[in-house]
Amino acid sequence: MSSIGTGYDLSASQFSPDGRVFQVEYAMKAVENSGTVIGLKGTDGIVLAAEKLILSKLHEPNTNRRIYNVDRNIGMAFSGLIADARQIVEIARKEAANYRAQYGVSIPLKYLNDRVSMYMHAYTLYSAVRPYGCSVILASYEDKEPNMYLIDPSGVSYGYYGCATGKAKQSAKTEIEKLKLGQMTCRELAKEAAKIIYTVHDELKDKNFELELSWVCQESDGYHVRVPDSVYADAEKAAKQAMEADSESDTEDM
Amino acid sequence: MPPVLNAFGPAFADDWRDAPHSTGTSIMACEFNGGVVIGADSRTTTGAYIANRASDKLTKVTDHVYCCRSGSAADTQAISDIVSYHLNFHGMELGVEPSVEVAASVFQELCYNYRDSLMAGILVAGWDKRKGGQIYSIPIGGMCVRQPVSIGGSGSSYVYGYVDANFKPKMSKDECIKFVTNCLALAMSRDGSSGGVVRLGIITEEGVERRVILGNELPKFYEEGSV
Amino acid sequence: MFDPMGAPPALWHNGPTPGGFYNFPAIQTRPSEPITHSKSPVTTATSVIALAYDKGVVIAGDLLASYGSLARYKNCPRILKVNENILLGASGDYADFQYIKSFIEQKIIDEECIGDNIKLKPKSLYCWLTRVMYQRRSKFDPFWNNIIVAGIQDGEPFLGQVDKLGTAYTDRAICTGYAAHIVLPIIRDFLDKNPNPTQAEAKALVLKCMEVLYYRDARSFSKFQIGIMDKEAGSSIEGPLTCEENWEIALVAKN
Repeated sequence: MSSIGTGYDLSASQFSPDGRVFQVEYAMKAVENSGTVIGLKGTDGIVLAAEKLILSKLHEPNTNRRIYNVDRNIGMAFSGLIADARQIVEIARKEAANYRAQYGVSIPLKYLNDRVSMYMHAYTLYSAVRPYGCSVILASYEDKEPNMYLIDPSGVSYGYYGCATGKAKQSAKTEIEKLKLGQMTCRELAKEAAKIIYTVHDELKDKNFELELSWVCQESDGYHVRVPDSVYADAEKAAKQAMEADSESDTEDM
Repeated sequence: MPPVLNAFGPAFADDWRDAPHSTGTSIMACEFNGGVVIGADSRTTTGAYIANRASDKLTKVTDHVYCCRSGSAADTQAISDIVSYHLNFHGMELGVEPSVEVAASVFQELCYNYRDSLMAGILVAGWDKRKGGQIYSIPIGGMCVRQPVSIGGSGSSYVYGYVDANFKPKMSKDECIKFVTNCLALAMSRDGSSGGVVRLGIITEEGVERRVILGNELPKFYEEGSV
Repeated sequence: MFDPMGAPPALWHNGPTPGGFYNFPAIQTRPSEPITHSKSPVTTATSVIALAYDKGVVIAGDLLASYGSLARYKNCPRILKVNENILLGASGDYADFQYIKSFIEQKIIDEECIGDNIKLKPKSLYCWLTRVMYQRRSKFDPFWNNIIVAGIQDGEPFLGQVDKLGTAYTDRAICTGYAAHIVLPIIRDFLDKNPNPTQAEAKALVLKCMEVLYYRDARSFSKFQIGIMDKEAGSSIEGPLTCEENWEIALVAKN
């Protein structure tokens, strides 16, 4: 961090003299400490991928997930403090349930995004609370139209074709920008997503990780689900091959 | 309140003093290719007294959703005001007009939750991009069901047979208008609580076109040989 | 939060209180009358028939929602596939059924969102519904329905019924409404002679029962749906089917 808070960082309800809210920036730091999460929008849906860092060998696989369902057709992936993010998942689920009870149809992602970002933003306004230490990606496929939003701890959100958050978000974004997102299908994107997660993973600092892959697309009938085992295996294989090819070319260079 | 009796029998009882205004009504909505036609008579009664002979029971909810009201005039006006407010607000939040389905859900929610205190039978009709012309019937208990053609109000009971016999799916606009007009004219001729003019609304992608068929210009095809 | 038991929100949330601005203190308002709740159902659906066979369950109900004696809505399905384990059928007030349906569906979505692939079982839903129905009757505002939960649990067919008071029982054959009087004796008689019917036999019996019901229940309809859940073949809802009809009797009957 460029400067320390000099007393203006003790509460989210106070600006610093140069117009910053340090608590919110610290919350973003918390996000940057966690595994990378990306979302890619294809022609026929959205793929979400997460690098779940495994901190202990004693953890069971498939626990402490980074990608959740908010509704049948809505996925949420997050980076940052898990416990914080779980609460956001709960809030989003309640919003989705309320909407369906009131309007009889599933919640439009734009509206859900508005509600959840408003909620997260409210936690940047008061001294008695701290902002949420997580960023979340919301993804849906409604009426054959894929939609994706990313919400920051500040409560700011944008719609994206491709987005990344977490530790290696910069290098992940660089990789995503190389893709032709407007022309690719989710099957292709699942592989690309796996490749990106494998590429940006820092083997030196973080030993183990588990790749999480989910999609919400035409192939999954508009449902947000973890990708089928075969797709997962293919994607992981492609990623590992890409890594090997990469390291070979590295040695050639030398 | 004891029943008021006089020499002329119940039809002339002075119930107009305290009977609630109610749209003892004939209302109808019918899908055609490209939209829906809605229609209603124009009689509002207070007991047997015609409190308003030119009322408008077709009420705008959003640009592409209208409702046909039957039952208590007060209740249905209050409901459609609330729903209209709610949906227009929600439209601003969403950035797009709420669908007909959503509009029907909001109507249903009110009619169901307050079923014990409301007297309302509503047809919600409109057009949206996703499903085109749609009609949802919400009768007194607060259920909700989509129908390709639907009738409501006290006058409707006289024309179920006519509607069943003459409705065709995917009619042209003009055919549909004629069908709705005929049904309403028949209902109004047999139901004392319905009458006046036929008000129509034609809802398509372009919006709503309103028409009126005056009481003396109604179809008379059924009069010959009428029992 | 959406709460099936909770009181509905204010009629115009955040809006002005209707009449609130003009409630002059001098006017003596009459003491409010006792609150009354749904005294009777409005749009109603008639009987549901359900029968367990050796490897599963069959459940059927027609597509009519009546408005008094008027056959008002002729396409109102009320056999519901809750999930891979459960079929549900309801008779009585159709608006209440739609409401119950909406919160059961949300329950299933909540469950799917958890993503552990654990699915609601018929006995659990049955038990939960007894509590819901009893709670509502205790508020003097019952859901005016008879609900049959049908399904397979631990390899065994299951059938249970709950009524508007929360009274509940399980059996191998259950009928609601008119069918409990007219059709249940036929089914019981059949089961006495053939305690372990096959799916085909059970289905044929249910079809026969729908026919009988159509002859004798003035609120019934010839179009109906039939839901079948089988241990091996899984579950499906078939329909709309149409009743067989036989009016030979009219040619014989003379006075």
